Amino acid sequence: MTMQTRDTVHEGIVMYGGSPKILMVGAGLLLAVLAPYVLYPVFLMKVLCFALFACAFNLLIGFAGLLSFGHAAFFGSAAYIAAHTVKEWGWAPEAGLLAATVVAGLMGLVFGLIAIRRQGIYFAMITLALSQMVFFLALQLPFTHGEDGIQGVPRGLLFGLFDLSQPLTMYYTVLAIFLAGFALIWRTVHSPFGQVLKAIRENEPRAVSLGYRTDRYKLVAFVLSASLAGLAGGTKAIVFQLASLTDVTWQMSGEVVLMTLLGGMGTLFGPVVGAGLVVTLESYLASTSLPVPVVIGCIFVVCVLVFRRGIVGELMHRLTGKGNR
Amino acid sequence: MTTGPTDDIILEARDLTKEFKGFVAVRGVNLQVRRGTIHALIGPNGAGKSTVFNLLTKFLTPTRGQILYKGRDITRTKPADIALMGLVRSFQISAVFPHLSVLENVRVALQRPLGTSFHFWKSESSLYDLHDRALELIEAVNLTPWAGHTAAELPYGRKRALEIATTLALDPEVMLLDEPLAGMGHEDIEGTAALIKRVAADRTVLMVEHNLSVVAHLSDTITVLRRGEILAEGPYEVVSKNPQVMEAYMGTGHA
Repeated sequence: MTMQTRDTVHEGIVMYGGSPKILMVGAGLLLAVLAPYVLYPVFLMKVLCFALFACAFNLLIGFAGLLSFGHAAFFGSAAYIAAHTVKEWGWAPEAGLLAATVVAGLMGLVFGLIAIRRQGIYFAMITLALSQMVFFLALQLPFTHGEDGIQGVPRGLLFGLFDLSQPLTMYYTVLAIFLAGFALIWRTVHSPFGQVLKAIRENEPRAVSLGYRTDRYKLVAFVLSASLAGLAGGTKAIVFQLASLTDVTWQMSGEVVLMTLLGGMGTLFGPVVGAGLVVTLESYLASTSLPVPVVIGCIFVVCVLVFRRGIVGELMHRLTGKGNR
Repeated sequence: MTTGPTDDIILEARDLTKEFKGFVAVRGVNLQVRRGTIHALIGPNGAGKSTVFNLLTKFLTPTRGQILYKGRDITRTKPADIALMGLVRSFQISAVFPHLSVLENVRVALQRPLGTSFHFWKSESSLYDLHDRALELIEAVNLTPWAGHTAAELPYGRKRALEIATTLALDPEVMLLDEPLAGMGHEDIEGTAALIKRVAADRTVLMVEHNLSVVAHLSDTITVLRRGEILAEGPYEVVSKNPQVMEAYMGTGHA
C-alpha cells in the first residue's frame, strides 16, 4: 500500500465530523451564554439539569446498549444528598455536589454489580426493582422528610466566592457543570474505552471472543452514567433549593427514557434536544388546561413512528446519508 | 491413530458431553487437533457440530468431559480468557461490529494489549499508532479500498474477510472458524479458502462446515459428526469413502 492511501485513511478518521459540527457547537455555546438574557434562567437551568441527566442515561443506552429503567434512583438520591449536606450540615455547594455525585456513583456500582449480568428486559426490570427500593427508602428514611422533601436548601457561595443566590451566577455555574459533564461523556465516547463499549453494543459475543471481559466494561459505563445522573440531580436540588420524592419516582426514570428517545439515542446532542423539548412542553402546557402527559405521550408516539432515530438522529441521517456514531 | 508425542496435540476434547434438559446434543466426543493442521468438523444439520464448537470456545459449559489446550485444562476457563491464551473464534453469523469502520473493527482487536481499554479519559487519537498494523491486516484480506467504510456497508463475502482480519489481529495460535464459507458465492469461496490456507501456514485452524466437499481440499483432517457422536475421522480420501458417511449425506457418494 502506498503512503498516500494511508494518509487519506488517517485523515478520513481525524476529520470525521468535520467543521460544520464545530460551527454548530460554537453557535450552541453562544446561545447558551446569551440565553438567560432572553429566557427565564430557572427554566434554562431546569433544561440543563435534565439535559445532563439524559446525556448520562444515553451514555448507557446509546453507547453500551444497556436500557436502565432505574436512573431516577441516582438522580433523586443525589438530590437528597446534596440538599441534606448543604442544608443540615452546612456544606459548601461544591462539596454537596461532589458528595451527591460520589454517592450516586457508589449506588451505580451496587446496581451494576447486581444487574449487569442480565440483558435486555431483565436488565431493565432489575434496575426498576432496585430503584423502587430506593423510592421506598426515600419515603421512609427520616432525613428525607417523606412527602415534604428537603425544602429551603440555601444555594450558598460557590468556592466561597460566587453568590449562587444571584440568578445569573447560578445559571453560569449550572452551565459550567453541564458542559463539564457533557465534555466527559464526549471524551468517554471518543476514547479507547468508548471503542470497546461500542464494540460490545454492536456485538457482545464477538467482543468476548476478542478477549474483552464485557461485564467489567459495562460496569464502568454504568458507574459513570450513574455518577453523572447524580451530578445532574444534585445540581437540580441546589437550583430549586429542594429535593423531593418526584425525582426518585419510576416516572422520572421513564421521563429520561422519553427525552433520550425523542432527541435521538446514541447521538451526543439528541438527549439535550429531547430534554429541552420535554421541559419546554411541560412548562408551556402547565399554564394551559391541556393534560400534559397526554400531549407528551402523543408527541412521543408520533416521533417514534415518524423519526425512529429521534430528532437529532434523523437530522444526522438525512444530512450525512448515514447515522451518527 | 498416530502415536506422536502428546505436545503435538494443541487442542483436545475428552469425553465431551452436553445435555440440554434431557436432550443429549453431544455425546462422548473425543477430539484431538494437531498443531499446525487445518482440522474440519463436519456433519449434517443437528449433528452437534455447533455445540461442540461452542463448548470448545467456552461459550457453553459441558455437562461432562474435559477440554485441554496445550495440555492445560480449560474446561472452566471464561471465554474472554481463552482468547488471551491464543484461542480465538469466529461466528456463524458474520461477526463484525456493523457501525464501526473496517479500520475500527480491526483496531478494536489490536488495542487490548495497549492496556488503555478502560481509559475513558484518553483521546481516541492514542489509538492511531495501531493504524499501520490494522491496515496491513486489512490489506492481507484485500479490503484496503474499504478501510474507511462502515462494516455494515460491506457485501457478505467481504464481511467474512473482515472477520478473519479481526481474528488475525490477535495473532492467535488456534483459529476456530464457524462455517467460514457458509452463504458465500463461488468466487468468494475460492478466495476465502485460499485465505484460510494462507493464514493457516503458521497456526492451527479448526473449522466447522456443513459440507464435506467444501473442506475436501482445504483440511488435513476431517471429523464427521452425526447425532452428537463422531462417525468417522481422517483425511478426506478416507472419510469420503466411509460407507456410513456416504449414507449420512443423503445416501449418496457425492458427499
